[in-house]
Amino acid sequence: MLKLPIYLDYSATTPVDPRVADRMIPWLVEKFGNPASRSHAFGWEAEKAVEEAREQVAALVNADPKEIIWTSGATESNNLAIKGAANFYAGTKGKHIVTVATEHKAVLDTVKELERQGFEATYIEPQPNGLITVDQFKAALRKDTVVASVMAVNNEIGVIQPIAELGEIARANGTIFHVDAAQATGKMPLDLAKLKVDLMSFSAHKTYGPKGIGALYVRRKPRIRLEAQMHGGGHERGMRSGTLPTHQIVGMGEAFRIAREEMATENERIRMLRDRLLKGVQDIEETYVNGDLDHRVPHNLNVSFNFVEGESLLMAIKDIAVSSGSACTSASLEPSYVLRALGRSDELAHSSIRFTLGRFTTEEEIDFTIKLLHDKLGKLRELSPLWEMYKDGIDLNTVQWAAH
Amino acid sequence: MFNPVYLDHNATTPVSPDVLEAMLPFFAQQHGNASSRHEYGRAARRAIDEARQRVASAVGAHPTEVIFTSGGSEANNLFIKGTAAMLPAGTVAISAIEHPCVREPAKALRRHGWRLREIEVDGECRLASADFHAALAEQPALISIMLANNETGAIQDIAALAAQAAATRAWFHTDAVQALGKVSVDFRSLNAAGVHAMTLSAHKLGGPKGAGALIIDKRVDLAPLIDGGGHERGLRSGTENVPAIVGFGMACETAANCLKEAPLQLRQLRGSLERGLVAQGATIFAAHAERLPNTVYFSLPGIDGETLVARLDRAGFAVASGAACSAANPEPSHVLLAMGIAPETARGAVRVSLGRQNTADDVAGFLRALAATVSQLQSLTALHHTVGG
Repeated sequence: MLKLPIYLDYSATTPVDPRVADRMIPWLVEKFGNPASRSHAFGWEAEKAVEEAREQVAALVNADPKEIIWTSGATESNNLAIKGAANFYAGTKGKHIVTVATEHKAVLDTVKELERQGFEATYIEPQPNGLITVDQFKAALRKDTVVASVMAVNNEIGVIQPIAELGEIARANGTIFHVDAAQATGKMPLDLAKLKVDLMSFSAHKTYGPKGIGALYVRRKPRIRLEAQMHGGGHERGMRSGTLPTHQIVGMGEAFRIAREEMATENERIRMLRDRLLKGVQDIEETYVNGDLDHRVPHNLNVSFNFVEGESLLMAIKDIAVSSGSACTSASLEPSYVLRALGRSDELAHSSIRFTLGRFTTEEEIDFTIKLLHDKLGKLRELSPLWEMYKDGIDLNTVQWAAH
Repeated sequence: MFNPVYLDHNATTPVSPDVLEAMLPFFAQQHGNASSRHEYGRAARRAIDEARQRVASAVGAHPTEVIFTSGGSEANNLFIKGTAAMLPAGTVAISAIEHPCVREPAKALRRHGWRLREIEVDGECRLASADFHAALAEQPALISIMLANNETGAIQDIAALAAQAAATRAWFHTDAVQALGKVSVDFRSLNAAGVHAMTLSAHKLGGPKGAGALIIDKRVDLAPLIDGGGHERGLRSGTENVPAIVGFGMACETAANCLKEAPLQLRQLRGSLERGLVAQGATIFAAHAERLPNTVYFSLPGIDGETLVARLDRAGFAVASGAACSAANPEPSHVLLAMGIAPETARGAVRVSLGRQNTADDVAGFLRALAATVSQLQSLTALHHTVGG
């Protein structure tokens, strides 16, 4: 029996892997010490667990554990990275920031806040496939560009930006390079010994770890410095104060350990399922895949269904849990800013669905989804006058709509 | 099996069974992102709404006054930096005994042209009235005074202080992290007296680490510390930590229910603890102040606090030599120094903080272990003196 609704929203959040939950629980109950307590065994064992988890997180991205700073999540990591570096280096390097129009709001809103504080920003518009080019990046950088922030994997369309090439360019320009990798961990290899990335944000809950915990990679060679955004007891070498939530940290460590060990095989399985879904969806007329299919994580499929209204589509397929636009902004009825930046019309942006598959997705669930989409789209389009006009061969772009 | 007795509840507490039970479903089965519109997301949103209600009603606040954060440190940072960002640079007045997560952000404001004014306390860890009035005369724009001190447990009469500060029209904040769950905390009456904001944390009262809140009067203009996505009415972005928030709500509710009998029990336990300590020659700090019913902060003449707590740990009793968060720092406690305690005495400080699970046996055992440890240490010192001449 299928459990409904089928969860196909793994980019919004993932369930905690049962192996992760098992590791977390003892740290809530019997081993509950404050890792900052230096005077007793409760504190020491918690601190030891925190350091083991730091090693596990570092191992997934081939970094030194000393380069990993715990935060409450990728949103905080992005804020700390961009505000922390921009403020620290503004005096020496300058007050210009480069980012991409399709970044997550955690980056865009942070850059906007810095603009209010007197920084200047350039937002690179991606190509219609969602990617930015090396030339675009080069052209955007200036002598006074203090920070450039480009996400590894887009949360809505799953495209992978050319981080390695961009890093070389940023380094040559003396610009701090930040990468939001919240959607990338466990989905693609990340090697910080090779990448010229100075700061990288991570989240646990997109990779089968718990919510409420993330990390920021802060490069040591060359050493990157940050202005702390949260002051207090001097935890995390003064870069981020606040009691460390041991159970969440242990959970993130375990989740990243599993990702490291299993991602190669897991991603092939998920890619097969995604391609099965893609094939099933492409059998439907007037569907458009959003974002490049080659430079893309295997979990993501983002499709616009022409001639159906987005809201009615979501209602019609409520047996599957998917999102239109990103989860963080889907409470609003605005069309996705990511799809708009790709040059999609409002109509196509409105009728887009993001399917994100994961560890617990089955072939049966994908087949159910394909069938559901065929049925419901057929019904919705039967009711649509636009669809009828399209079928009659009328080019809707030439229609002169009368104002009422 | 070696089962140490935990007597450091002001540092952190174990998650109570009902709290854990409430949290568990939100790790795996109900794992949705509260911003998602599908059933998984809506279930998460409902859970957060219920938790917000529970936290609010435990402290007499309205649910819309609750901003969830990653913990007490973030809530304190959010208040101090968030209000300062909306004001012209002025004076921020804090007590001399604040936790570093109030003191450090207040210091950080100096880079933006603010002046930091620390208000003195007396020898009993009570805010010095004369200096408080002198500070008010300097027209601070922000005031932050903790409700209960994490080290001594001393409680300030926040309502009275806020009422006296009303004429300054400053935003008045209190860090209630240590008070919550130990004494009754009522934002409605504090707010009526002129308190505009209050910080809470889950892990000090049987909730999980990783959740806290800033309770704030909506008239206060606040800029967010963390941007992106617009969660928590735009005042704190980031995917909500659903299990921790649910646990926080449950912990607040449980603590509020326990508040009728628990303090009495704790007070009795602490009474016997203090009598035993005094009999062994201990000085108890802030003994004459109104204090949290669970906290005892003491020192024994000629005994180093660090050494003593390390020995007590080996004997099976977990206590603290200073605040957990600054325990890496070998300096004597800034709280005791502010109280005018001599540095030599302050270096001897040991904090015992009891919890609901502690028993009379725990206290008796602790006193025995302490007596044994102290006599060992004293004979070592005597030996040292003899050998060293």
